[in-house]
Amino acid sequence: MTTTTFDRTVAPSDPYPGVSRDAAAEVRSELFGESHAGELVADSITAWFGERKVLDRVSLDMKAGEVTALIGPSGCGKSTFLRILNRMHEMVPTASLAGEVRLDGADIYAPAEKITAARRNIGMIFQKPNPFPAMSIYDNVVAGLKLSGVRANREQKDVLVEDSLKKAAIWDEVKDRLDQPGGGLSGGQQQRLCIARSLAVSPRVLLMDEPCSALDPTSTRRVEETIESLRGQVTIVIVTHNMQQAHRVSDKTAFFLASLGTPGVIIEHGDTQAMFDRPQDQRTYDYVNGVFG
Amino acid sequence: MTGTLPLDTVAAAPATTTHLPRLALTEQTEEPQRVRVGASLDDRLSIAGATVGGIGMGILLAGALGVIGWGWMPIVSYAWFVGIYASLTFLGHSGPAVVDRFWSVLLRSAAVVVVASLGIVVVYTLLRGWPVLKDVFAFAPHKNPLHFWLTDMSGVGPLSGLDTGGILYAVIGTLEQIGIALVITVPLGVTSAIFLAIVGGRYARVVRTLVEAMTALPSVVAGLFIYAVIILSFTHQDNGFAAALAISVLMLPIMIRSADVALRLVPGNLREAGLALGASQWSTVWRVILPTMRSGLTTAIILATAHGIGETAPVLLTSGVTSVTNFDPFHNAQTSLPLAALEFIESGRNTLIARGYATAATLLAVVLILFVLARLIGGQEAGKVSAGRLRRLARTSRATLRRVRASGHARNLAAAAGRDPDAPLDPLSAFDQLITEDDA
Repeated sequence: MTTTTFDRTVAPSDPYPGVSRDAAAEVRSELFGESHAGELVADSITAWFGERKVLDRVSLDMKAGEVTALIGPSGCGKSTFLRILNRMHEMVPTASLAGEVRLDGADIYAPAEKITAARRNIGMIFQKPNPFPAMSIYDNVVAGLKLSGVRANREQKDVLVEDSLKKAAIWDEVKDRLDQPGGGLSGGQQQRLCIARSLAVSPRVLLMDEPCSALDPTSTRRVEETIESLRGQVTIVIVTHNMQQAHRVSDKTAFFLASLGTPGVIIEHGDTQAMFDRPQDQRTYDYVNGVFG
Repeated sequence: MTGTLPLDTVAAAPATTTHLPRLALTEQTEEPQRVRVGASLDDRLSIAGATVGGIGMGILLAGALGVIGWGWMPIVSYAWFVGIYASLTFLGHSGPAVVDRFWSVLLRSAAVVVVASLGIVVVYTLLRGWPVLKDVFAFAPHKNPLHFWLTDMSGVGPLSGLDTGGILYAVIGTLEQIGIALVITVPLGVTSAIFLAIVGGRYARVVRTLVEAMTALPSVVAGLFIYAVIILSFTHQDNGFAAALAISVLMLPIMIRSADVALRLVPGNLREAGLALGASQWSTVWRVILPTMRSGLTTAIILATAHGIGETAPVLLTSGVTSVTNFDPFHNAQTSLPLAALEFIESGRNTLIARGYATAATLLAVVLILFVLARLIGGQEAGKVSAGRLRRLARTSRATLRRVRASGHARNLAAAAGRDPDAPLDPLSAFDQLITEDDA
């Protein structure tokens, strides 16, 4: 038997232990005002592409700080629904919709609301990691500031970069290469960099459109851990094809389905545990148990 | 359904089994024989033999027998070459291989013809201009080797020697006219390309069709248009600015087209990423798309410049002809390089013709430099950096990290001071205190 002695090597080798939560929160409130996880309510959303109706009166309540998973087979309108939540739906020229999306009670589609403000408050992560190739990792994180015209001094930016990268659980991997281009990272790191970039503008809601579908299992796990650590700080809505992922990361689950030739609807939604263990609708049961889809 | 494989299923191995291919390979020690791909010695000898045979046949028919003229000799030789080569391959190979070799030799000779014609143009120009160009390499004392580009033709008679007179006036004309044309076309071209590639819509399709039609515009028409609109109506005399406008008309569609092609390569998800961060359309274009496509846009600008520099017909109608240096593009004639070459060569005097070809060689060199630049810049993808630059960035990254840490520290102190005046000023000392307490 050998005895182990505890040797004190925990003393940090660098002089600063890193930015504290309070200091980071202070910087964020200086730049963006008070921000907190927001409650997002979709009220009777109907959506069309040209003459084709793709969603029919879909309502869903996404509680502040919770993780809501949207599941369902391809073409059921869940990505369209997600893109409606931060007005990215309008980028398609033929798209139109009816209904209301309320962030903390205010309709983001109200004529007085600025589209850029809605998108800053409701961030989005895409299927394919898309860091800006011409920018360094540092500049990628603060790109949102420049893009949305928020002025920040060097110190505020520095704090924001460290805090956002830490929240996205990628700080330790990139802290020594902040000036290098973001395109040099692995796919999973790029995706977490994109999460950090979204978090840098202090969104109240973060939408994720199949964020792990282009990633390997290890990177997927890191992204899921990131989602886990963001729970409570920001409301998350995640579209996923991976049932296990929905089960692992979400508090609430909504099951979308579109039968042949009819628009997509929510068949059933509720607590994730209940949705997977004792769904009321047969189709939900079949889908979450892998009978189809 | 979760967790480890139950041990008993591992112990009870099923009847069907798996294969371990590396085990069987360990007994074989020698490497497998390589299979050669590509042209064999036999092929190369056939080509060489057929070439010799073809040329020999040509010389025989033209020179010894006099059956054909010398002008026909290359064509007859080539026909014999193809014939001999086809027969040679037919002897050694079967159906598809013969057809394959026959067509590849035809296509390769087509490529040779293309490259050779370019080579002939370049070599011919250099040879004819050599009496002038050779001064560059003649290190004579008291004589500037670059005098041809640093003097103009004022006071130089048609019989003057080649050591006097030069094309400074044309160099200045070209620089000023292309400069003005760039000032006009770059903003117009890049914004039009952004409109076509990013804004889009029905009107963009109309504009794209128009731009494509404009690339086919005969250059003399552009010259006539400017002549009618600017010179006849306003200036009433030939000038460099009118020439620059005519060149702009021709450069613009080329620039728009190549910039449009470059911008359409922007991945759509980059645009979405910008917009999803709360950026306006303009901000996304300016801060995300243009920086990403910087190299493609630069290439578009350089290609258009290279085209514009060589334009002769519109300049002929608008800039006027002179052989003295004129710095003012708005008054009096201002000749550019292609026009100077044309005038020299048309003069019919040997010394002037040599100067003309030297001018043409200058033009070739400028265009070559521009194309090389375009290739170099166009080959750079945004975000791809060289190994040396990566090392430099690694160094600056360390400095950035130090700065980020210092900023965090400063903010920590500020936050601590703001919240609790009695709190220790340095969070590190609090950390140290914790450790010492622990030790005690």
